[in-house]
Amino acid sequence: MDRLLFGDNQFFGVNHMSEEKARAQSMRFQDIKAIIDVLDNAYDEGIKSFMCTTHDRIALVCDHMRTDPERYKEFQFLPCMPYAHKYANAVTEDGMLGALKRFMPDEGIVNAAMRGGMSLARKDIEGITTLLVDAEMKMFAGLNTPVIFLQNVVVDLLLGLGFKEAFRIFANHIKIRYNAEPGFITMNMPMLLDVLEELGIENPIVCSNINKIGFRMCGGFDAYERVLREKKFRAIAMSVFASGAIAPEEAIEWICQQPNIEAIVFGASTRANILNTKSLVDEFWRGD
Amino acid sequence: MVRIAVVGLGKMGLSHHAMINAHPRVKVEAVCDSTGYILDVLNKYTGVRTYTDFDAMLREVELDAVIIATPSSMHIKMVKAALDKNLHVFCEKPFCLDTKEGEALTQVANEKGLVNQVGYHCRFVASFQEVKRLLDAKAIGEVSHVLAEAYGPVVLKPKGSTWRTQRSEGGGCLYDYAAHPINLVNWYLGAPQGVGGSVLNKIFSKDTDDEVFGTLFYDDGKSVQISVNWSDESYRKMTTKMSFWGTKGRIYADRQECQVYIRDTQDIPNGYRQGWNARYTTDLTEPVWFYLRGEEYSAQLDHFMRCIEEMGASANVNSFEEAMMTDRVIAMMIADAERGPSLTSGINPTPAPKKKKSLFFGAR
Repeated sequence: MDRLLFGDNQFFGVNHMSEEKARAQSMRFQDIKAIIDVLDNAYDEGIKSFMCTTHDRIALVCDHMRTDPERYKEFQFLPCMPYAHKYANAVTEDGMLGALKRFMPDEGIVNAAMRGGMSLARKDIEGITTLLVDAEMKMFAGLNTPVIFLQNVVVDLLLGLGFKEAFRIFANHIKIRYNAEPGFITMNMPMLLDVLEELGIENPIVCSNINKIGFRMCGGFDAYERVLREKKFRAIAMSVFASGAIAPEEAIEWICQQPNIEAIVFGASTRANILNTKSLVDEFWRGD
Repeated sequence: MVRIAVVGLGKMGLSHHAMINAHPRVKVEAVCDSTGYILDVLNKYTGVRTYTDFDAMLREVELDAVIIATPSSMHIKMVKAALDKNLHVFCEKPFCLDTKEGEALTQVANEKGLVNQVGYHCRFVASFQEVKRLLDAKAIGEVSHVLAEAYGPVVLKPKGSTWRTQRSEGGGCLYDYAAHPINLVNWYLGAPQGVGGSVLNKIFSKDTDDEVFGTLFYDDGKSVQISVNWSDESYRKMTTKMSFWGTKGRIYADRQECQVYIRDTQDIPNGYRQGWNARYTTDLTEPVWFYLRGEEYSAQLDHFMRCIEEMGASANVNSFEEAMMTDRVIAMMIADAERGPSLTSGINPTPAPKKKKSLFFGAR
């Protein structure tokens, strides 16, 4: 996995510190070209992995990458699914079945309907889960997706409910059908690691907030430090700057001192910011 | 261990279930919902005991407390049954659609000394808590006006019918959205003396309101403007904003930040200075044991647990009594809106043009 992964919050008006900033960003990235320009900047700086939600607009980015396979041959998508709002809206608008139909994968409606319908009737979530994963993956057809993540809102809901089997189903499906690594995003990393261990999911890729001020590190800062030292897993740090609460140099210097961090995901809206983060990581990263 | 049951597994109930189930000192003994399908799936994969009959669950399961997250019109009956069983109750908002019944329940809970809380999670949002501290410390002097807003993208076109689309069931922008800023106003300023200019307008919904406006009147000329719209797609998700004008400054707060302008050099609270100040959620928010969808949702459940375990009903935040204040404002706004404008110009409304019917889908 690349050391630096490019995130997409900034493109969709997600900012944990300021509504005003979030709105300014969503105005700036209204046009898909503006997003692609920033991705091009990152790519040209050697940041080739894009960790993105399965937002409808990402499909446009995918289309763009397919138009120039030579230029983007090293570009990697790391999809994070599901884009939850999409489902919430679809279900309120079309009802459960209508929503399912809307998200049917291309494999043929009869096959998908069988998988979905049968498992609905049997109260078996395997068929439905794999069907939804396939639907989310539709937009990435023909593109490089080495790691596929389950979003924190779903991971943490399942974790809280104790719905552990779903993690195994997701992981198996990602490995078998996409020949990719399953990843899990969580706000409760120590607790999730225990469950993944119990399920026998070995050396999992887990992405969570890891930052110097302990912002949204549930289970506590000490528990995060301990699992980073002691557990066997591949940690991806997000929210390293805690939405801007930590100065870039201080944030990167600290994260680079933590053990077992395999990658850092960060967002930026300008080439200057991309360069800045990259040079800080180049300066402070001591691993391999 | 506190033994709990979760009733109603909709959007709120399911997330309450997940959060409270992850609480280290709680055992979720049972869940109850009218939809057998969801129960069966949950039981199959998590082993939780399930009920479709609330009364049967109360009879058969030994409990200390219940979390009620059913449609609002069912709250009265269920809260009453739970209190009769001497259970502590966490109930989703709005508390009761009928204020008389709500008052009776409040009295029972208080007499029995049971912990009672209503799910107005905004009171656990760190920036809104900071506002409370600042107002209590008179950091912006005497408040003369408040603008209480909430916007978000819930109903964006005419659509099917669920309880959330019926005002009679507790659905609509007033009960669902406006209740939050109104509850915050109640927390900051107490109960208003009156309401006026209330507008409950439909934009897309057939049987309930999609936008809510109105004025709350307090003594000394103090007033609050309510401006709420749940049909605003320009917001990614629900956004509650509070603005305060005071003799010595102003405050703006939302979930992420608290911006404070302080005029006076006297009585400046610790950590603040004259002119603009900004405090962010990243600094203000206390950590929680489990995060699902915002610290405030976890924090309010943790507070409920701590009241049960140690602090007792006197430490309630968002007690039934406080939630009743919000229910009464809501009831006043409904009555005020039905009355229409207080003065009229005599100009007749222009008749609406006839809608064209499209062939298959009816008028849009």
